[in-house]
Amino acid sequence: MPVLDDYKGKIPAWCPGCGNFGILKAFKDAMVELGKEPHQLTIVSGIGQSGKFPHYVKCNTFNGLHGRTLPVATGIRLANHEMLVIAVAGDGDCYGEGGNHLMHAMRRNINVKLFVHDNQIYGLTKGQPSPTSMEGMITKNQPFGVFSEQLNPMALAVSLDCSFVARGFAGNTEHLKELMKESVLHKGFSLLDILQPCVTFNKINTYDWYKQRVYHIEPEYKPENRIEAFKKALEWGDRIPLGVIYKNKRLMLEERVPVIKDNPLVRQGFDLSGIDTAMKEFY
Amino acid sequence: MDYSIKIGGEAGQGIQTIGDTLSKVFSRAGYHVFTHQDYESRIRGGHNFFQIRFSDKPVTASRDRIDIIVALDKESISLHERELSENGLIICDSSALKQKHEKPYFLDIPFIDLAQQHGNKIMVNTVATGAVLGMLRLDLDILNNIMHDTFKKKGEDLVQANIMAAKAGHAFALENCPKCSFIPSSVSGAKMLIAGIEAIALGAIASGCKFYSAYPMTPSTGIMNYLAGKEKEYGIVVEQAEDEIAAINMALGASFAGVRAMTGTAGGGFALMAEGLSLAGMTETPIVIAVGQRPAPATGLPTRTEQGDLLFCLHAAHGEFSRVIFAPGTPEQAFYLTIKAFDMAEKYQIPAFIIFDQYLADTTWTYDKFELSKLQYNDYRLRGDAFRKLDSYNRHTFTDTGISPLAVPGDSNYLVVTDSDEHDEEGHITEDSEIRIKMVQKRLLKKLPIIKEEIEAPILYGSKHPEILITGWGSTYGVMKEAVDILSRDRSVALMHFSEIYPLPSTEKFDYLALLSNAKMSISVENNATGQFARLIMAETGYEFSHRINKYDGRPFTVEGLLGELDACIGRL
Repeated sequence: MPVLDDYKGKIPAWCPGCGNFGILKAFKDAMVELGKEPHQLTIVSGIGQSGKFPHYVKCNTFNGLHGRTLPVATGIRLANHEMLVIAVAGDGDCYGEGGNHLMHAMRRNINVKLFVHDNQIYGLTKGQPSPTSMEGMITKNQPFGVFSEQLNPMALAVSLDCSFVARGFAGNTEHLKELMKESVLHKGFSLLDILQPCVTFNKINTYDWYKQRVYHIEPEYKPENRIEAFKKALEWGDRIPLGVIYKNKRLMLEERVPVIKDNPLVRQGFDLSGIDTAMKEFY
Repeated sequence: MDYSIKIGGEAGQGIQTIGDTLSKVFSRAGYHVFTHQDYESRIRGGHNFFQIRFSDKPVTASRDRIDIIVALDKESISLHERELSENGLIICDSSALKQKHEKPYFLDIPFIDLAQQHGNKIMVNTVATGAVLGMLRLDLDILNNIMHDTFKKKGEDLVQANIMAAKAGHAFALENCPKCSFIPSSVSGAKMLIAGIEAIALGAIASGCKFYSAYPMTPSTGIMNYLAGKEKEYGIVVEQAEDEIAAINMALGASFAGVRAMTGTAGGGFALMAEGLSLAGMTETPIVIAVGQRPAPATGLPTRTEQGDLLFCLHAAHGEFSRVIFAPGTPEQAFYLTIKAFDMAEKYQIPAFIIFDQYLADTTWTYDKFELSKLQYNDYRLRGDAFRKLDSYNRHTFTDTGISPLAVPGDSNYLVVTDSDEHDEEGHITEDSEIRIKMVQKRLLKKLPIIKEEIEAPILYGSKHPEILITGWGSTYGVMKEAVDILSRDRSVALMHFSEIYPLPSTEKFDYLALLSNAKMSISVENNATGQFARLIMAETGYEFSHRINKYDGRPFTVEGLLGELDACIGRL
């Protein structure tokens, strides 16, 4: 069985107090509790402070391009669906640059776990607004405040019938760990949006700001009801729900592709002997 | 014997069905066949044509003289009447065209009436196919077999109805065409008939390609169509991506996970892939990319042909890294070069390109067979026990060749780590300048010279010591070859054709630069405006062609057209 030390990676280059540390802790705990060995999972990350995440744990890693985590993760799963594939992205990464891929990953229902480090700001490029920045936020590039409406990833996901939709908070690692575990165990595409304070560039959505607003979704809430889920997803402002907002039992893409029904693609060998058959069709 | 048939009509009238069927009849009978198509970017209407040349000798291009025109629309007559050969004939159904033609070279065949009498109006194309075979005095056995193969799933009634319709067209032509003077030679031994695009897809299958992701775009879509039809048979996953960015990234994901992967697109879609190409370069993830060039910029002429993206494919993507570029000139080359691309992509962990164009994609050629016995499949990945039993593992280990072990993640406790950031041997992000230098050397400076050793020399066809050396690359091979055949009658001339373009072949085995320098006249022939290959040769070797012929009207070279241009050059000799 894996122990925490197995997941010890490089020393993070994040700012002291960064919300990412909470996410890192929750993640390692979740993997150990799930009994996953580092080589049994692959993290696909993008660019941004979140993109560095896999270097700070131990796992197979494809740290790719900004916004492109989900297509890479999809390719990995289709080639080897015995591998746990986790996409780690930021809010700019997958709600901005890679928005199209997000939409279609939800439609495909590929069994990838998407953990979004959502700090509502661009950290790596030093303080520009992200798609989840709040309307009116003043930055160097937006001296009159952000004009665009804040993206609501939870509502977007519910509207697209995303298989698993949840929100966690980097300031509550115990709860976040449980959400990560539930996300991994769920069969189907999972979006776990993680509220993550950026202590350097986001002076609005601070630990305190979140703590005053977040609450745990009531135990009697039924996340299978899509209409109720949509209402829950729309909650933002004074009260921000944490927990599983929506889930369904759609068939996964991997279950629908006949070629990989019995055996992952990567385990299927190749030899030239069958080529004659294809060749004959040209006569 | 050497006959050409042109079937012209609106999109949706079935000219492709007639063309495909006749070509198959000829190739199964044992003739050498060459076909090409010309179509507009529309699903219905417009004017399109399908041209078939068949002979008892090898043919590698279309000719301008047509022996039989099957006119399904009025434009087929007004546009192509002047292409008719001395004894050529135009067949049409005057009731369908609402136009009577009195000239002696018209043969009026009531396609619609005959189709209705023998089943259904829909079978006009079968009637026309039968009629053409009647004019050629060829029997219907092979056509009947094809009808059987095509329609058996829809029931024996439909098979018989089509056989009757073909017979009606055939009989009508036999009875009513005293002017038909065609005498096809007797040949035997069925040949394979294959289009360039099919050869690329078949090459992918023969390479052990397991994953293909793409976004549809002419002229590359045929690869996806073919592979999707073979998913179950050959264990291939074909995923239609939401855009070309996703297409290349998915293929990279699949490749990282341990399977051979490919994507395909046209120049415009490839523009979106440039970032992913750079990612392949940095992470040393093998990938094969098929790029179908078409006249651009932007949307350009979507269904037409050009060799305009050679330098784009060579230079696309930020940063410096190794790549190989192949540009097949025939379906046979397309088949073998696709296999070579897969092999080299995996062996050297680089992106490998197959670049083609609409002309190569759609032209069909005949062959006795593709030799499978000379194919080899080498799995360069580190898998299973071999990976498990290692003493240590780093994905990007420095080696003498620059090639590090490419392992399948999950097969061992060792981790496979790679990064789009500059990384250390383990694959982790670093900014160390010494490591940076060694990584650049590994990815580029060490690999490229070894790669170059595997690049084959250009083909030399014609005189061994030519005064006139005509040089080209990619899809123009067949046309240039026939032009050289004709010029060789009274000239010292040769064709030098490059299909392995980058890195340029070394001159050790074949000193093509000396040959060029020794020729009185060196002519670079390209289907583009700026002579991209000539510029590449100039940049890499300093050699400058004495003449260039460029064609950029969106249409392929024809033998007659090229001869005219060559004569104009040679006149200056």
